[in-house]
Amino acid sequence: MEKRWFFTEKMCVGYGKKPILQNVDFSLSQGEILTIIGPNGAGKTTLLKSIARQIAPLGGRAVLSGQELASLSAPQAARRMAVLLTERSRPGLITCFEVAAAGRYPYTGRLGLLTAADRKKVHNALARVHAADLAERQFSQISDGQKQRVLLARALCQEPELLILDEPTSFLDIHHKLELLAILKQLVREQQLAVILTLHELDLAQKVSDKILCAAHGHIDRFGAPDEIFVPQYIEALYGVQRGSYNALFGSLELQPPDGPAQVFVIGGGGAGIPVYRALQRRGIAFAAGILAENDLDTPVAKALAHRVFTVPAFEPVAPQDAAAALPVLRSCRAVVCAQPAFGTLNRENRLLVQEAEALGLLQPLSEI
Amino acid sequence: MKHPAVRWGVCFVLLFLAVLALLAAAVAAGSAGLTLPQVCRALLAPGQNPLAEGIVRTIRLPRALSALLLGGCLAVSGYLLQTYFSNPIAGPFVLGISSGAKLAVAMAMIFVLGRGRSLSSLGMIGAAFAGALAATGFILLLSLRIRRMSQLIVGGVMVGYICSAITDFAVTFAEDSNIVNLHNWSLGSFSGTSWGSVRVMALVTLLGLAACGALAKPMNAYRLGESAAQSLGVNVRLFRTALILVSSLLSACVTAFAGPISFVGIAVPQLMRALFGTGQPLVLLPACFLGGSAACLGCDLIARTLFAPTELSVSSVTAVFGAPIVLWMMLRRSAAEG
Repeated sequence: MEKRWFFTEKMCVGYGKKPILQNVDFSLSQGEILTIIGPNGAGKTTLLKSIARQIAPLGGRAVLSGQELASLSAPQAARRMAVLLTERSRPGLITCFEVAAAGRYPYTGRLGLLTAADRKKVHNALARVHAADLAERQFSQISDGQKQRVLLARALCQEPELLILDEPTSFLDIHHKLELLAILKQLVREQQLAVILTLHELDLAQKVSDKILCAAHGHIDRFGAPDEIFVPQYIEALYGVQRGSYNALFGSLELQPPDGPAQVFVIGGGGAGIPVYRALQRRGIAFAAGILAENDLDTPVAKALAHRVFTVPAFEPVAPQDAAAALPVLRSCRAVVCAQPAFGTLNRENRLLVQEAEALGLLQPLSEI
Repeated sequence: MKHPAVRWGVCFVLLFLAVLALLAAAVAAGSAGLTLPQVCRALLAPGQNPLAEGIVRTIRLPRALSALLLGGCLAVSGYLLQTYFSNPIAGPFVLGISSGAKLAVAMAMIFVLGRGRSLSSLGMIGAAFAGALAATGFILLLSLRIRRMSQLIVGGVMVGYICSAITDFAVTFAEDSNIVNLHNWSLGSFSGTSWGSVRVMALVTLLGLAACGALAKPMNAYRLGESAAQSLGVNVRLFRTALILVSSLLSACVTAFAGPISFVGIAVPQLMRALFGTGQPLVLLPACFLGGSAACLGCDLIARTLFAPTELSVSSVTAVFGAPIVLWMMLRRSAAEG
């Protein structure tokens, strides 16, 4: 087997003569999931459609285990790769079994009649996506999440080596999102399928993918393992995020901090500060946060939302001089909120801050700010 | 729940019996009323009753067979168009395709008759096919610009009006002797069908149905949408072209012989979907053919006998039955969509 099972070389994709993405080079092995991410309009779907042969590439080539995709006949291609694009079609009067059975198209005869073996494969495919009980239901009457699973069964009926999915989780609730991705992971593990998909949910992309392809500004910006892509500041740069931030470690989005100097000082730590930060952010009140260890659960959120964050190195206690540095800011605030229910050895100095605030009459519960 | 195949089997048997019964009624009923035994004798044991034989063999049977064949063609043609547009409110009449064919045939007839010759069956079909394709081409051009089906249908109705207006215009100024013929024909009628015409119809029907058989498999995949069909290995462009050509051929054949007949092409496929409870082309294609046959046989029977000896145009009768069905289907659809 060739070293690179699937790869593209200098692929250039777009509609008409206008290229949207140029010089697309990436490779994929069997049993791997590759996710294409990037801002809207970057050409993710166009790239998928070009690989899926739905639109002709403007240049370059895509090779599937040694065979150029463009050289395959339509039925050959349909046996080797299955494609699920977001398509707004509402077929009437078709059962889920019939939808899945359409995946046998490349294998059936002239009239498209199913053999007993074909039927068994369709039932197996439906069972693998946990949709066996939907077989006799009308496709138009099931939920979006169920539809997506039945369509996945259709793709499996093609017995493909490569599966191409365009935003399979969009419009699904979290239960169905997770279920679909879990099924996908299982298929990849058990059948050594290779998957190329686009996802808008970066947190899911990070968790489910073996490789990430970042498309932006007409080219492939980065290609690599999730660890290489989801690094601080890169995602913001890729998407041109200006009003807010993306936490690459947690996969969470944060809005931009409120304007102005800190009005409230939040004493937090160990995750207790986060609800307070969020409440202040919602109400548009600028705040300072402290004093947190660099490895505290609160620290990433505080850094994203607070006007100013006072930190100490990881695993180090808060020293008196750290408290002294924070005190002027604390005194300049109109209120101090203590989110911390208890203090330990490492943050003993924070208790002194609370006492100082109390002495100044600044200490208030969050509800009174 | 019963297996759908059982339901389909029962429906097919019922439809088939309905077509047979209507065929028998069409041959028996009329100004010279005949009993079934008389009809059978006229067909099977010649020489006993020359008058009945003449009526059955040269007038009623060819007319009934043409209603059977052309009705089937019309419904199948409508079903193909509905598949093409992925919309059940499509048919050769509402999209103006029948009227396009009508215009071309009227022009060809006036031109040829004016030279003292008569237009052959194949010539009529050829002209109708050209007219149908021209109208279809125009609708397809419109569909590039207009994405909404409702607007497209308004476009089709307009095309139909324009073609009908030009036809009327041409008929008004045609030679006197041709007018009567043309006028009857342009309203839609199965009367005066010859055995020669029936043979040509049968040939076109067979060709059309064979082509439909070959298209049934991609039609099934196409139900899931264009891009899904493509990813399953369907050559979508080729398939869509074939669909339009076969549909135009079938509706052209109908128009060439019987003039434009309304609503069968749109209502029968709807009824068959509801009756069979499936969208599978392999089931619906023969179902539409039988349903169309039954509809046209029944409507022609009514057109002939209701106000006998005055004959109604078939198109008026099909409209009376077909239009409410289409309305009902549209209401049901919009109710289902909320």
